[in-house]
Amino acid sequence: MGSAGARRRAGRIGSRARDSSGLVFVIFTRRSVGYFWIFWENRANSLRGQSDSDGALSSFSLFTFVGDPINNMVGEETSEKERAELRVTLGLNDPIPVQFVRFIKNASKGEFGISYQLRRPVSELITERLPATLELVFVSAIIALTAGILLGVYTGINRNSFTSNIILGVSLLGVSLPTFVIGILLIYLFSVILGILPSFGRGEVVDLGFWKTGFLTLSGLKAIILPSITLSLFQMTYIIRLVRAEMMEILQTDYIKFARARGISENKIQYRHALKNGLIPVITIAGINIGTLVAFSIITETVFQWPGMGFLFIQAVKFVDIPIMSAYLVFIAFIFVMINFIVDILYYFIDPRIRIKGTE
Amino acid sequence: MQNQNLSLINKIIDSDIFFSFKKSPTAIISSLILLIIFFCSFFVEIIAPYNPFDPSSLSLMDAFTPPSWSEGGTRNFLLGTDGQGRDMLSTILYGSRISLIVGFSAILFSLILGVTLGLTAGYFGGRYEMFVMRITDVQLTIPSILMALLVDGIARGIISRELHDQMAIYVLIFAIGISEWPQFARVSRAATLVEKNKDYVSASTIIGVSNLMIMVRHILPNILRPILVIGTIGLALAIIAESTLSFLGVGVPPTTPSLGTLIRIGNDFLFSGEWWITFFPAIFLVLLAFSINLLGDWMRDTLNPKLK
Repeated sequence: MGSAGARRRAGRIGSRARDSSGLVFVIFTRRSVGYFWIFWENRANSLRGQSDSDGALSSFSLFTFVGDPINNMVGEETSEKERAELRVTLGLNDPIPVQFVRFIKNASKGEFGISYQLRRPVSELITERLPATLELVFVSAIIALTAGILLGVYTGINRNSFTSNIILGVSLLGVSLPTFVIGILLIYLFSVILGILPSFGRGEVVDLGFWKTGFLTLSGLKAIILPSITLSLFQMTYIIRLVRAEMMEILQTDYIKFARARGISENKIQYRHALKNGLIPVITIAGINIGTLVAFSIITETVFQWPGMGFLFIQAVKFVDIPIMSAYLVFIAFIFVMINFIVDILYYFIDPRIRIKGTE
Repeated sequence: MQNQNLSLINKIIDSDIFFSFKKSPTAIISSLILLIIFFCSFFVEIIAPYNPFDPSSLSLMDAFTPPSWSEGGTRNFLLGTDGQGRDMLSTILYGSRISLIVGFSAILFSLILGVTLGLTAGYFGGRYEMFVMRITDVQLTIPSILMALLVDGIARGIISRELHDQMAIYVLIFAIGISEWPQFARVSRAATLVEKNKDYVSASTIIGVSNLMIMVRHILPNILRPILVIGTIGLALAIIAESTLSFLGVGVPPTTPSLGTLIRIGNDFLFSGEWWITFFPAIFLVLLAFSINLLGDWMRDTLNPKLK
């Protein structure tokens, strides 16, 4: 979905990367503005409550109908007076800008209110679930990148070989396979028929105090195999196609011909000279796709009952648990902004042209 | 009249598109599969051997019958039965109808919305164009499945719980449609920008054709090709999105199961060995999406060789 935007971004690498050597704030360019917008909308969504808020923007009016937090917190028999008092104590009668500033303050401390459904602070729920999701996304991203780049280079170099055609055919099938179907098929094959890998949960986790990791136990490592493959498959097909197209284009260019004329070995040309240039758009798109991985982990986590944030979010959607929904969105926005930042820094190391321009 | 029809058919047969269609075996096979699926889902009442939603025809005695070719299967139920004794083949056909209805409506909705906004943005330009394009930029950064989930969640907040089951299918169409429209807006704006500087538009403006007429009668037919291509690929995406949402349990209610709902129900039986309850709907879904994607790929190559 985000591919059009990604391509556009890839085209702007030069101008963007120059910015990135500057302030962190540069990352609040276009893409981030979008998330700020969500942030704002959510704000309206999660703490709005006064029916008498005058002059509300039209975008706010939609959210004015979304479940009154008071109704969700108290029982049917609560009187109007008690409701009004609760409203005042929660600060729901304050003007929206005041509420917005307070929300930002709380959010920066990691406080997003109390879940309607689970009756626990959202920040607590999120920190509990965060490691599971991040570990899953991390492993999937590594699988998608390594396998994607390797297969992409192979199909780009051996363009018409039989193996290349098979890889490309399978990758087209991969695009048509919905994530959850891949998950179910893998569970059936490896858990039900072969019985060698677990089909749900995280296995045993080791508590490091601030982080519960599944990487240190055998059952934890076994448990992450199927979900991470499921999650990475779609991105992998995408990266294969991208790397292949890049390689094919670069191998036609003049500097590769010169390199050949100079007698540099074919291996060195392909992996050092061609691949390095081909990687820049790949890193751009892979960065954006890591954000997509976080979003798609909702599906994978549901299939494998992985105790992560996506699982939490889908429960929240079912029960209209606004604080969790808004906290999740802010989290996704944060991840996107962070990834953009990291990608911009990576350009600096990969492409010397950007470094030289930056010192001008 | 007869002659006119005949000449139209001849025109189609003579056209480049039909020629390339004839030459492409993938296009022929995938469109054949699609035709069969569309036909079967459209006339499902006549074709399906049973009506799975008629309680009187169900018998719990038939529950968990395996497919007819494996041990314990009967010829009455070709693909076996599910936990309530419903014939799998009929349930899948009924389910695919729901999936197709939601997929088509959603893509039609986003097509109309996206093309209207994109066409007007490209044609009028200025601040309005900036505004529309910024909205698409913002929305393209949000993964579409997340967008659809959000819209669904908000709709649940607005609509009361009793009403929600009745409205679920419309909410779903809206949620998927709203998450796909920026693609259409982008493509139609880009194409309009090219078209509006051509002589035929200037000529129409000079003879006093209204803006609306120029857009609808003159520019729209000329930008239809790329829209048709992303519309086809978008249909596969919409069908996958529908089944994904239904699988997650926020899509259509279980009373009118779609393919995604069937897969979710069947998923519970996977471990007890009743693989066919989830396997056949899944294969059917993949076949549907794969055929549409193949057809879309072929269309892209034929209608717009530059995109290759």
